[in-house]
Amino acid sequence: MTRINLTVDGSNVSDDVEPRMLLVQYLREKLGKTGTVIGCDTSNCGACTVHLDGVSVKSCNVLAVQADGHEVTTIEGLAQDGELHQMQKSFRECHGLQCGFCTPGMIMQSVDLLKNNPHPSEEEIRVGLEGNLCRCTGYHNIVKSVQHAAAQGGAQ
Amino acid sequence: MTLTEDEMTQAAPDATKEIGKDRRRKEDQRLITGRTRWTDNITLPGMLHLAMVRSPFAHATITNIDKSAAEASPNVVRVITGADVAEEQGGLPNAWPITPDQVTPNHPPIAVDRVVFAGEIVAVIVARTPAEARDAAELVDIDYDELPAALDLKEAAEDKVLAHPDLGTNKSAFWKFDSAEAGTGGNVDEAIAKARGDGIVIEREYRQQRLIPAFMEPRSTVVDPTGEQITMWSATQIPHILKFLLAAVTGVSESKIRVIAPDVGGGFGGKLQTTPEEFITFLVARKLGKPVKYTETRSESLMAAHHGRDQWQKLTLAAEKDGTVTGFKVELLADLGSHVSLVGGGVPVLGAFMFNSIYKFPAYQFSVQTVLTNKTWTDAYRGAGRPEATYAIERIMDELAAEVGVDPLVIREQNWITHEEFPFTSVAGLEYDSGNYEAATARAKELFGYDELRAEQKRRRESGDQVQLGIGVSTFTEMCGLAPSRVLGSLDYGAGGWEHASVRMLPTGKVEVLTGTSAHGQGHETAFSQIVADRLGVAFEDVEVLHGDTMVSHKGLDTYGSRSLVVGGEAIVKAADKVIEKAKPIAAHLLEASVDDIEFEAGRFSVKGTDQGLAMAEIALATFAAHNLPDGVEPSLDSDATFDPVNFNYPHGTHLCAMEVDTETGQVKMRKYAACDDIGNIINPLIVSGQVHGGLVQGIAQALWEEAVHDDAGTLVTGSFVDYLLPTSADTISFDLDHTTSPSTTNTLGTKGVGEAGTIASTPAVVNAVVDAVRHLGVNDVRMPCTPERVWKAINDARGGAQAETVGAAAPHFDESTGMDGTVDRTTGGTDS
Repeated sequence: MTRINLTVDGSNVSDDVEPRMLLVQYLREKLGKTGTVIGCDTSNCGACTVHLDGVSVKSCNVLAVQADGHEVTTIEGLAQDGELHQMQKSFRECHGLQCGFCTPGMIMQSVDLLKNNPHPSEEEIRVGLEGNLCRCTGYHNIVKSVQHAAAQGGAQ
Repeated sequence: MTLTEDEMTQAAPDATKEIGKDRRRKEDQRLITGRTRWTDNITLPGMLHLAMVRSPFAHATITNIDKSAAEASPNVVRVITGADVAEEQGGLPNAWPITPDQVTPNHPPIAVDRVVFAGEIVAVIVARTPAEARDAAELVDIDYDELPAALDLKEAAEDKVLAHPDLGTNKSAFWKFDSAEAGTGGNVDEAIAKARGDGIVIEREYRQQRLIPAFMEPRSTVVDPTGEQITMWSATQIPHILKFLLAAVTGVSESKIRVIAPDVGGGFGGKLQTTPEEFITFLVARKLGKPVKYTETRSESLMAAHHGRDQWQKLTLAAEKDGTVTGFKVELLADLGSHVSLVGGGVPVLGAFMFNSIYKFPAYQFSVQTVLTNKTWTDAYRGAGRPEATYAIERIMDELAAEVGVDPLVIREQNWITHEEFPFTSVAGLEYDSGNYEAATARAKELFGYDELRAEQKRRRESGDQVQLGIGVSTFTEMCGLAPSRVLGSLDYGAGGWEHASVRMLPTGKVEVLTGTSAHGQGHETAFSQIVADRLGVAFEDVEVLHGDTMVSHKGLDTYGSRSLVVGGEAIVKAADKVIEKAKPIAAHLLEASVDDIEFEAGRFSVKGTDQGLAMAEIALATFAAHNLPDGVEPSLDSDATFDPVNFNYPHGTHLCAMEVDTETGQVKMRKYAACDDIGNIINPLIVSGQVHGGLVQGIAQALWEEAVHDDAGTLVTGSFVDYLLPTSADTISFDLDHTTSPSTTNTLGTKGVGEAGTIASTPAVVNAVVDAVRHLGVNDVRMPCTPERVWKAINDARGGAQAETVGAAAPHFDESTGMDGTVDRTTGGTDS
C-alpha cells in the first residue's frame, strides 16, 4: 500500500492504495465518484476521461499513485456553485447525449479541446474527440454541442 | 391512408401543444453531472464480487478443474464450477422456438463438462473485491481436451463438424414462407423459370458479417437477497421479461423477485437477453445470502455478450426485361452460434416479411436454415432481421438497375407501391399502413443534390480520376412496433407484444406515469411527458415518467423492436383517457351539471355553453379529499391500460450516400449522406433526429468497419476495442436529414418507430455507393466491411483478367463452389466465420 494525497473536485483526499490501482478505480471505488465510468480495458473508449492538473487524461491509463500531489477534476466537479459548465449546458441543449454513458468523458474531453482551441472547425472537433467513443449519437450532435459551447465562450 | 403531397408535410407545431416540440430531455441533468445510477455504481454493505473464468477453447471437454489455489487466494469466499451447481443452475431460456422440431441445445449458465464457445463460463470466483476475484480467476487450473470446432457457417450447415456432438446435427430449424402457399402471391419458382426464358434473373450471394452490439456500458448485475425479496439490478433492456424468466427458470416465486434496470448505457438489442451472468449472480447471492455484484470487462463483453447478424444470403430476383420484378426468392443460412438464445432463432424470421420491402412483387419466397456453431451465440442487434432484409433487396435492386441500364431510383420507382395504394397488402401478407415513397425520395434527392452529384460522377469517370465518386440508394421500409400478440403467437413466439401503462393523478395535480417500456437512452421520460401533458392538459414539468423497476412499473414487455412509443406510448394515451373519463362524473358533480354536458379540453372540465369549469388539478385534489364525490364513485382517478396493437407500423425513407473511392489504394471516404425518413407524426423532433443519427452510424459501421472475426481455432480476434472498430468522431460526417409525414393508422398518435430505422437503411446505401463508384471498372460487389484491402482487391481482380461479368438471363450458378459470377469475393475476407 502506498499513501497518496491529492485534490479531487476541490477536496483534499488521502488514502492508502495498492500501487496497481488505476486512478479510475480509485475515483469510483475509494471516493465514490461514480460519475466517472469505465467503458473498456484498452484505453480506447475515453469514458473515464478526467482532468489531471487541468489537462484531460484517460483515468484508466493513470495509476492512482501517479496522481499523488496533483489535482483531479471529474465530471462531478465541473459545475461551479450549482451552475452547470457551458459544455454541460451545450450537451443538453444540442441533444449531445442519449444513454449518457460516454457523456462524462466526452464532456471532459470537449472542455479540454476548447481550452486548447477556443474556436475549432468541425474537422478539429472531430479529430479532437477521436479518443472518445459514443455508440448512440453518431457524433452528429456531439459536434454540434461543442460548436454551441464554443459560440457561447465555452472555453472557460 | 392516402395522402396528398400537401398533407405529407407536418404542419408547424401548435405552440400550445407539447407534441412536436424540441423539448430538451429531462434525463440529461443527472447524466451530464455524473449523478447517474449505472448498475456498477451500486455498492451494498458486505457485497461480494464475482469474476468469471472463461474457456479459451471454442470446443473442448473439461477433464479436470483444480480450484485449490484460487480458493486459497486472499479474500476469496467461494469458487464455483458447473459441476458444483449442475443440479440447481437450470438452463437459459429460448423464448422463440421457430419450429416445433427446432434443435435447441441445453444452455447451462456455467459449463459443466464441455465448452462450446471461446468465452463460455467455466468457473466463478466469489471474493471480497473485484480485484481479488480477478486475481483468483487466474489461479483456477482447468484441463481441457480440445474437440474439433464447427466455425464456418456453410461447413457447419453440412454437419461436417458438430458443434454439439450429442445432438447429431448443427441444423437447428428450417423455416419457410412461400407466397403461393400462403395465398398472398404467385409461385416464385415459376416466375424465375419464366424470366430465365424471356427476362432477367439476377443471382447473388451476400454476406451479413458477424457484428457486436458494443453498447458503451458493459453489462453489470447486482443481486441483493433479503428474507422477503430478491432484488436484482441489471444493465438490461428487459427487466420485466427478466423477472418472469428468473422465476420460471429458478422456481423462485415471481412475486419475490424485483428487477431494476436503473440507468442503462445503451443496448441496441445487445441487452435484450437473459444472460448466464445474471443467472449466476442470482444463484450465488441466494446461495451465500449476501449481496453480489458482477461487472464484465469490455473484453468479456465483446466475447460473451451476444453477437448479431451473421448470415449468408442467397438471392434470386426475377424480372421482365424492362426491370419490372416478377419474383424474389431468398434462401438464408443464419449462424446461431453455440446456443439458441432468448430470441436468436427468431431474428431471421423478423426479416422474413421484409425482403420484398417497398415493392410490388407478384411472387416471393423466404427460407432460413438456422445453424449451430462453436462461436458466441447471436441474437438481436439493432434492426434484428430487417437490416439483413433491407441490405439484400436494396443491393440487388441496384444490380437490377445496372443490368437494365437505368438509374437505381428509376428501377425502384418502377416497382414500388405508390402512395395512392395504401393501405397495401404486401406479397408477404403484411398490411402496410401508410407511406409516400415518392415524396420522401423527392425530398432526399433535393437534400442530397442528386443530379449535381451524378453529373460530378460522370465527369470523374470520363476524366479517369483516381478518386471515383459513387452514389448509393436505399429506399427502405421496416415493420416495427413489436408486436401484435396474435401475430407473435402465430410465429410461435413465447410471449405477447402488448404494453402496459398507468397514470396516477397526485393530489397536487402532478402526474406520475408508469410505463412497462424500459429506456436505455431513448428519452422516454421526455417524450412520454409531452404526450401526457397534451392529453391531460397539464404542464410538461408536472409529469414524471417512471420505468425500469418491476416494483414501480409492475407490468410490461420492455424496450426493443422500435416499440416503446408506438405500443407503450399508445398504452399511456389510453390510460390518460381513462383518467379523463373517471374525472368527468366528479367534475359534473362538483359543477352541478350533467355528465353529458361536461367537456374536457386543455386540462379543463367545463360545462357546455357556460364559463363554469374546473381544472384537472382541482378535480385531482377533490378526488383525493373525497369529501364530496358522487355516490358510488371511487376516490381515485388513477388508471391502467394495456394496449395490444392490431398491426405493425411501417416507417420508410429514402437514403442517399455519396462515397469517394480511391481506385489505387481502395480507401473509401464518405462525402455526403442525406436522408428523408417518414416515421409518421413526431413527438419530439430533437430526440427523433438523435435516433436517426446514431442509427445511421451503426449501419454505416457495418458497411465500412465492423466485423467480429474468429481465427481458425475459434478465438475471437476482434476481442477489444483495439480490433473491433467502432466508428469515432473522426471517421464520421454530419448528415443532411429531413422527414415527410404519413401518419400511422395503427395507433392514435399516428407515430411510427424510429429507433432502428437509420441502421436498417444506411448499410446498403453505403455499399451501393462504394460499388457504384467502381462498377464501371467491372466490380459488382464488395463484401462488408468494405475495407481498403477488399475494395482494392475487388478493383484489382476486375482489372486483372476476368472480365467483369454481367448477369442477365443466366443459368443457375449457385452450385459453383467459388460462388457466382464474381459477386462474392471469397479471397478477400478474413476467416469467414
